[in-house]
Amino acid sequence: MARVVVDVMLKPEILDPQGQAVQRALPRLGFDGISDVRQGKRFELEVDGPVDEAALARIHELAESFLANTVIEDFTVKVEEVAEAAK
Amino acid sequence: MTARIGVVTFPGSLDDRDTQRAIRLAGAEPVALWHKDKDLKQVDAVVLPGGFSYGDYLRAGAISRFSPVMETVIEQAKAGLPVLGICNGFQILTEAHLLPGGMLGNDHLHFICRDQKLRVENAETAWTSDYTAGQEIRIPLKNMDGRYVADERTLDMLEAEGRVVFRYVDFNPNGSLRDIAGITNEAGNVVGLMPHPEHAVESLIGTGRTDGLPFFTSILKKLVNA
Repeated sequence: MARVVVDVMLKPEILDPQGQAVQRALPRLGFDGISDVRQGKRFELEVDGPVDEAALARIHELAESFLANTVIEDFTVKVEEVAEAAK
Repeated sequence: MTARIGVVTFPGSLDDRDTQRAIRLAGAEPVALWHKDKDLKQVDAVVLPGGFSYGDYLRAGAISRFSPVMETVIEQAKAGLPVLGICNGFQILTEAHLLPGGMLGNDHLHFICRDQKLRVENAETAWTSDYTAGQEIRIPLKNMDGRYVADERTLDMLEAEGRVVFRYVDFNPNGSLRDIAGITNEAGNVVGLMPHPEHAVESLIGTGRTDGLPFFTSILKKLVNA
């Protein structure tokens, strides 16, 4: 089994009020020097079987048509090594 | 025979019954449609009502857009079927790419509910012919994800083609770009807007005005004259 991670972020030109609200809270919490925060979504897909080129292509299609709305969001797809779980 | 106007109920729809009632008050026959059915029961037009279909999980309207009923709605809308999306329905129409741009969370991050003033910019769509261009109306608005966004090129195109149908007046309730409250597709048969005309159709209820009724009489007139 393998894990594929799809990260979805609002396009850079689109206002992210959630990220801004987080950023504005930072000085109050004692975190200085962070000039911008943007908030996104992370999807972790557990994939049965090998993550070969065909499987990745299907996940890419899934991300493009459903997980992200490409009118307003960008996305990246990456395969994550899953540490061999203790059996 | 009177015009039959379908109203889709998705899991999480809230305003389907109000919409059916508005259609009945306008003199047409409301037809309940179910999100799992591909069949549109030979209706002459479809309304996607407000609410929080599929809980707005993922993004508002994103999951409904793939429901069986939407397969048929998308296909027929492209062929000219009049479709009105109100609030969540507007979100579904952008997710389905029947209307350009997208809907995001309000810029102030809060749910908002108010009596909203709008200007009718385009009185030539299937759903707005009983208004006059430039007319100002007040209908209720209630949303969490009402911020209309699109890239500059798309916004310029919408303005140039007269496809901004409604604009917020005096107060922009959600940060929508260029105060856009509603838009139409190129053919004028598909219209989406965030405020709720179906909540302002009876003088005894709610705002006391009937500023929303012309939506439903517009479409009725168009269908009867067609």
